[in-house]
Amino acid sequence: MTRKIYIPRDSGALALGADKVAHALEDAIAARGIDATVVRNGSRGMFWLEPMVEVETAQGRIAYGPVKASDVASLLDAALAEGGAHRLRLGKPEDIPFFAKQTRLTFARCGIIDPLSLEDYRAHGGLRGLQNAVAMAQSDIVTTVTESGLRGRGGAGFPTGIKWQTVLGASADQKYIVCNADEGDSGTFADRMIMEGDPFVLIEGMAIAGIAVGATKGYVYIRSEYPHAIATMRSAIATARRAGVLGLNVLGSPNMFDMEVREGAGAYVCGEETSLLNSLEGKRGVVRAKPPLPALQGLFGKPTVVNNVISLASVPIILDKGAAHYKDLGFGRSRGTMPIQIAGNVRHGGLFEVAFGLTLGEIVDEIGGGTATGRPVKAVQVGGPLGAYFPRELFDTPFDYEAFAGKDGLIGHAGIVVFDDTADMLKQARFAMEFCAIESCGKCTPCRLGSTRGVETLDRIAAGIQPEKNLELVTDLCNTMKFGSLCALGGFTPYPVMSAITHFPDDFTPRAVPAAAE
Amino acid sequence: MSQAQSTQIETRTRAVIAENIGLEGPLLPILHAIQHEFGYVPAESLPVIADALNISNAETHGVVSFYHDYRREPAGRHVIKLCQAEACQSMGSGAVARRFQDLLGIGLHETTADGRVTLEPVYCLGLCACSPAAIVDGEVIGRLDEETIGEIVAGVQA
Repeated sequence: MTRKIYIPRDSGALALGADKVAHALEDAIAARGIDATVVRNGSRGMFWLEPMVEVETAQGRIAYGPVKASDVASLLDAALAEGGAHRLRLGKPEDIPFFAKQTRLTFARCGIIDPLSLEDYRAHGGLRGLQNAVAMAQSDIVTTVTESGLRGRGGAGFPTGIKWQTVLGASADQKYIVCNADEGDSGTFADRMIMEGDPFVLIEGMAIAGIAVGATKGYVYIRSEYPHAIATMRSAIATARRAGVLGLNVLGSPNMFDMEVREGAGAYVCGEETSLLNSLEGKRGVVRAKPPLPALQGLFGKPTVVNNVISLASVPIILDKGAAHYKDLGFGRSRGTMPIQIAGNVRHGGLFEVAFGLTLGEIVDEIGGGTATGRPVKAVQVGGPLGAYFPRELFDTPFDYEAFAGKDGLIGHAGIVVFDDTADMLKQARFAMEFCAIESCGKCTPCRLGSTRGVETLDRIAAGIQPEKNLELVTDLCNTMKFGSLCALGGFTPYPVMSAITHFPDDFTPRAVPAAAE
Repeated sequence: MSQAQSTQIETRTRAVIAENIGLEGPLLPILHAIQHEFGYVPAESLPVIADALNISNAETHGVVSFYHDYRREPAGRHVIKLCQAEACQSMGSGAVARRFQDLLGIGLHETTADGRVTLEPVYCLGLCACSPAAIVDGEVIGRLDEETIGEIVAGVQA
């Protein structure tokens, strides 16, 4: 039997040299005349072990990592001896503690299957949710999603089923499903990983959404910074179309649904749903005032479901296993699982899918293993550039939408960026304002002007110019931005700024040396 | 620019438009395809696009100028994009950017005088668990250190 050797094609693995390893392996296999084939899978999400090579053996897969091209010859010797000994041998990937502690629902197949093989997808439980959906009444599909407790994974946490209900209830000649894959938050890569590692699950989720609300057309708006995700999604959509998963008769049913990929153009604000819709329409990515809700007047003025990648990719398993299976996991009003992304200055960075409720400290210290530099953790930013900086004193906060809101923060898209004690929180606060100024769409004044004034005022504090008065000014400015901005860009930029000021006051005292480092 | 060059841009622009005009909301796909065709979005293309889509020149100009991706002039032959977002900051992306600037003798958003290299910041490549990260001529690279920085610079100057 031809032996399968897996090497990820995930961008994270590629960035660490996976292609070189794959080519070296292919060459070595050919040179030695071995009966083996290289499969390019997604990533399991343990990036300190990437490129992680897995070899199929009689006992299951055996992993080795992190592998360099120069390790290939010795690795092949070991691998061919049924997953034999090697200094890089990790054992069974599912037994690695970081992986074993997870509950993988949405990411069940990611890192295991060949992302572009529909046969693999089917063999690992794919398309069962869609198969169930085509036999159900539309309202029953929506009810199932509502009962699962699934909330928008993009950051806002709005109940997905309620959104779908609104679109289902709207009457129009055309409705749309729009997948927001403009994952611009630093520290997040879950959308990218699922699109690169299991694209059919997103296609299936969008098809279910389309059938549920009566939409026949879907768009995936993917940021241009994700070239591999774009290519993988396009290829998977073409395969799904040929196989009848998409098209005039979804899985042979009378339901029609088709979709295409649209590429973003480098604007962070297009992750905001109304700005994204304008961008899809070919306009400047300027935020729209709400109401009207996109669910009623969205893309081209038609009723539109706008959901995040992970929200849509979580739908197939809910339709497959039922609402209760999903809902039984979780904490408080945060049901199901969340793919937490542990990033930045951290020893064990990667994707950790788990039911809500772990504390921030457990995630950072136990799962993440502390900092990569080995220095003490000073702060963690949760939820991207618009998320608050948490000090160690708040590490007992459980990972849950409401608990984080209660501590003046947000979980957002569940990215956690760890900083060691060399971080300068005034500099981080300044960057939050600067980023808002760079990315502001310009429509509302608090965001457009407030961000620039914020940078200037923080610079004055750093320079020791009336620091107390200027801190008061920044606080007042943040208040205006928070309540006066049209969308989360201007509205949430105060989170990182104010949390830095509140939790790290020592960093906001005048500098002995002028802040000329940057 | 000569009349002939201008006419050639127009002709190629029309071909790109024809391929994408059937899409819903075709402007961004057209602009992406134009940039792919020319390496930037030539000013000469804009009135042609406006005319084909029946929108004003102000609208096409507004869209092109809104998005960071669209170039108004050609980039260097090699483009190095360095992630400068928070996760990469936590791993020293600021120092990495300064190192590149020193080695190449240009600042961010600049191109070397010989037109060889353009250096740009980018805000997140989704490689946040292997920071600091970059994308060089479309190839993703993580955990930049002195060695990889040297390799990249040698590669683009070769």
